[in-house]
Amino acid sequence: MTLSSRLAPLACALFVGVSLTAQSPIERSKPPALGPTPQLKLPAIQKSTLSNGVPVWLVEAHEVPMVQISLLLKAGAGDDPSGKFGLASLTAAMLDEGAGSRSALEIADEIDFLGASLGTSSSFDASTVRLGVPVARMGPALTVMADVALRPTFPEAELERLRQERLTDLLQARDDAASVAPMAFARLLFGPSNRYGTGVIGTEATIKGFTTSDLNAFHSAWFQPANATVIVVGDVTATSVVPLLEKQFGSWRAAGAAPRRTAVPNAPQPAQRQIVIVDMPGAEQSQIRIGDVGVPRSTPDYFTLQVLNTILGGSFTSRLNQNLREQHGYSYGASSRFDMRLSAGPFIAGAGVQTDKTAEALREFFNELTAIGKPVSAEELTKAKNYLALGFPSQFETISDFSAQLEQLVVYGLPDNYFADYVKNLEAVTADAVMKAAAKYIQPQRFLVVVVGDRKVIDPGIRALNLGMVRTMSVQEALGE
Amino acid sequence: MRRPILLVLFALLTVPLGAQSPAPLQVPFQQFKLANGLNVILHRDPSIPLVAVNLWYYVGSANEKPGRTGFAHLFEHLMFEGSKHVPEGQFDLLLEGAGGDNNGSTSNDRTNYVIDVPSNALELALYLESDRMGYLLDTMTPQRVDGQRDVVKNERRQSYENRPYGMASIELDKMLWPPTHPYSWPTIGYMEDLTAASYSDVVEFFKKYYTPNNASLVIAGDIDLDRTRALVEKYFGEIARGTIVEPVAPPAAILTDVQKKTITDKVSLPRLYMAWLTPRMYAPGDAALDITASVLAGGKNSRLYKRLVYDMQIAQDVSAFQQSGALGSSFLIVATARSGHTAAEMQKVIDEEIERLQRDGPEPREVQRAINQMEASFYQRMERVGGFGGKADQLNAFAFAGGSPDFFAEDLARYTSLTPSDIQSAAVRWLPADRRVELVVEPEEKR
Repeated sequence: MTLSSRLAPLACALFVGVSLTAQSPIERSKPPALGPTPQLKLPAIQKSTLSNGVPVWLVEAHEVPMVQISLLLKAGAGDDPSGKFGLASLTAAMLDEGAGSRSALEIADEIDFLGASLGTSSSFDASTVRLGVPVARMGPALTVMADVALRPTFPEAELERLRQERLTDLLQARDDAASVAPMAFARLLFGPSNRYGTGVIGTEATIKGFTTSDLNAFHSAWFQPANATVIVVGDVTATSVVPLLEKQFGSWRAAGAAPRRTAVPNAPQPAQRQIVIVDMPGAEQSQIRIGDVGVPRSTPDYFTLQVLNTILGGSFTSRLNQNLREQHGYSYGASSRFDMRLSAGPFIAGAGVQTDKTAEALREFFNELTAIGKPVSAEELTKAKNYLALGFPSQFETISDFSAQLEQLVVYGLPDNYFADYVKNLEAVTADAVMKAAAKYIQPQRFLVVVVGDRKVIDPGIRALNLGMVRTMSVQEALGE
Repeated sequence: MRRPILLVLFALLTVPLGAQSPAPLQVPFQQFKLANGLNVILHRDPSIPLVAVNLWYYVGSANEKPGRTGFAHLFEHLMFEGSKHVPEGQFDLLLEGAGGDNNGSTSNDRTNYVIDVPSNALELALYLESDRMGYLLDTMTPQRVDGQRDVVKNERRQSYENRPYGMASIELDKMLWPPTHPYSWPTIGYMEDLTAASYSDVVEFFKKYYTPNNASLVIAGDIDLDRTRALVEKYFGEIARGTIVEPVAPPAAILTDVQKKTITDKVSLPRLYMAWLTPRMYAPGDAALDITASVLAGGKNSRLYKRLVYDMQIAQDVSAFQQSGALGSSFLIVATARSGHTAAEMQKVIDEEIERLQRDGPEPREVQRAINQMEASFYQRMERVGGFGGKADQLNAFAFAGGSPDFFAEDLARYTSLTPSDIQSAAVRWLPADRRVELVVEPEEKR
């Protein structure tokens, strides 16, 4: 918009420090219009290949003298062998507990001394070693990173330590309703044998069973050049960084043929609605989770579902939050999401609600989950699309934001024009498509409902809603322990 | 106490950086005051087409009266519920429709509001932010207060009552500070005080504290400086100046002995909290205690982590931090026991390590490692313009502390100039064994 000429002299007057009394009120009857939408000009993804075939994706970002270098492996908890749930996650966690000639303490000391951070982790779909470091100290940090990723030693003593740490994590998770609820929901929805029914770190039984041979086997099978991509974002150029990467990763060779990934089987949908109350005596709030088996990341309905979920529970002004928080005050916040993975993860809606309003809150959840099947207004559709499309540039603000975006492209095999077409794809979503997607993907009659709370207080009200069969469980039962 | 800020100030970096430090710790800015007293700071960073509008009101829970604890935070919630020209619900709807996000937070010392929008929605953000500064009470009702009272009570249940160990911080502050000191009560407030908060409290609080002369506005990002300045004049210039807010005058806070307490919670493992009263933010000793915290519990090689978690494996975790405030600070060590181990076992080791640090001081490499980590965190904090802790928020934080908004390099120098003997002295002076708080959270009897 152009500047009102009335204002310019006023600004000048203030600039020289003349004290003025408050100006007369301005016109506020309607909010100012938005200017032309700014164009996001993303820097190019510079692609190259190391001599052993490992792809390197590089994005220059020169605002801050930092760089993030990530080694991404297409292998995650979804690739855990049956009976060894948690192996990918433990393998990743053990990478920096001894590697090359360095001990766990030496690795940590060197990385910390360089002002760097080195993270090793696994999700269901991928494993990553991420190094963040001031550019001036990139060389020595990269040497440690390469040892950690390629030459871990998996010392027995460190395995025992991490084993006890993880068993204690599981023990502590039981204390927290907000941790129990999603774990119980996943287990009851997917079952104990489907990989998605158990968290990435596995169960007490599997964690107790892991040996260093398991770690070595997983590492040598999956940490291979054919599975790997290096992603670099930061204050570097191809000339400054690719020779370093070649030196550290270029001579890496496969131990054997890379295994084929087997998709996590798609879990069956629940046949009918059921309610599970998980007892936490004395809880001040009930943690509610509602949903079913959702969709994989490869769904052709991806953009429609993003818009649908933004309307339902993906933002502050979404229906669930407006109802449960703003209208009724039952909760500090309510939301929903489709957890999209290589195979279909859960669709999950949830909130923490005050104990004495648990049944009322459940009723409102189902009101909204039913109402989303009706046509959405043009206004609501536009708001949701704009929120996602106009907010897209903020996903690229920091080097770690940008790296995370690039990781998605690699892990899910998204096309090169994915970012360029993102807004166009959102804009193409119609009200009709949203309604069809709601009918297909939001089916309250088969939803699993998990409520973690004070059973003796909430049980009668929940049963009186007549939502379906109600079962009660202890925390241990719900988590299969 | 804050120093008055010059009426008009154009400033660039004033202190030269060390030769090895690269340029981006410079944050060029313009600062000026409106006639009504509103402090305004502009910073241009066009790297992404985003704008951060960051407004601090110089009021927090330290300004509350006993019996009305939690009010500053409850009030923060009401700021999102509509104002004279912005009907209830529209604040969020308009911003989300423009692709923006917003939030607010309340601490002991201040309340901040963040709006992050694509650069074409700057004027919308200023319209909304100024409307609630100028016209909040025009449409405020007792029903709105009731609605957010319920939400805030659920925030408290979710973050304190229903969170493992959630009540410990509330107990700890009660033990550390005298009952008349405003840091003795929680920012979230006591439940009974939240119940008691009334519509007339809202009116009084707004008139007293939510004035342009008690606030500072930072606009940072992809902006045109002249146009932004004109828009600020347009939207905020008409709001009337308020009365002067007297600074909080807290009673002296001194620990003269060891305060011990044990509480129970629905948890599986005992947790130990040890706490000391320490120098306020930016005062001598404050930075040294940040580095002391890192030497004690930052990373695998830190003294407490290495012994408790790595070697002995009697603790699941340990952390240490200097919690800095404008009226005073506290230094905390928190450790959770492994199954079969006790708070007393952990405390014995912690005492040994503090004594050793006081007696022998740290190794130079330990201190340098902590400083290098701190330095990298300064650069990382330059990456984001908006949100909590982004550049806009940091400019306001420095302005609030009374210095130049671009205090980044000086702030970093507080750390890079520290020596091992500074850390030793801080440990001796501020972490005495005979003047502190010891709080233990034990598991309730098995139900």
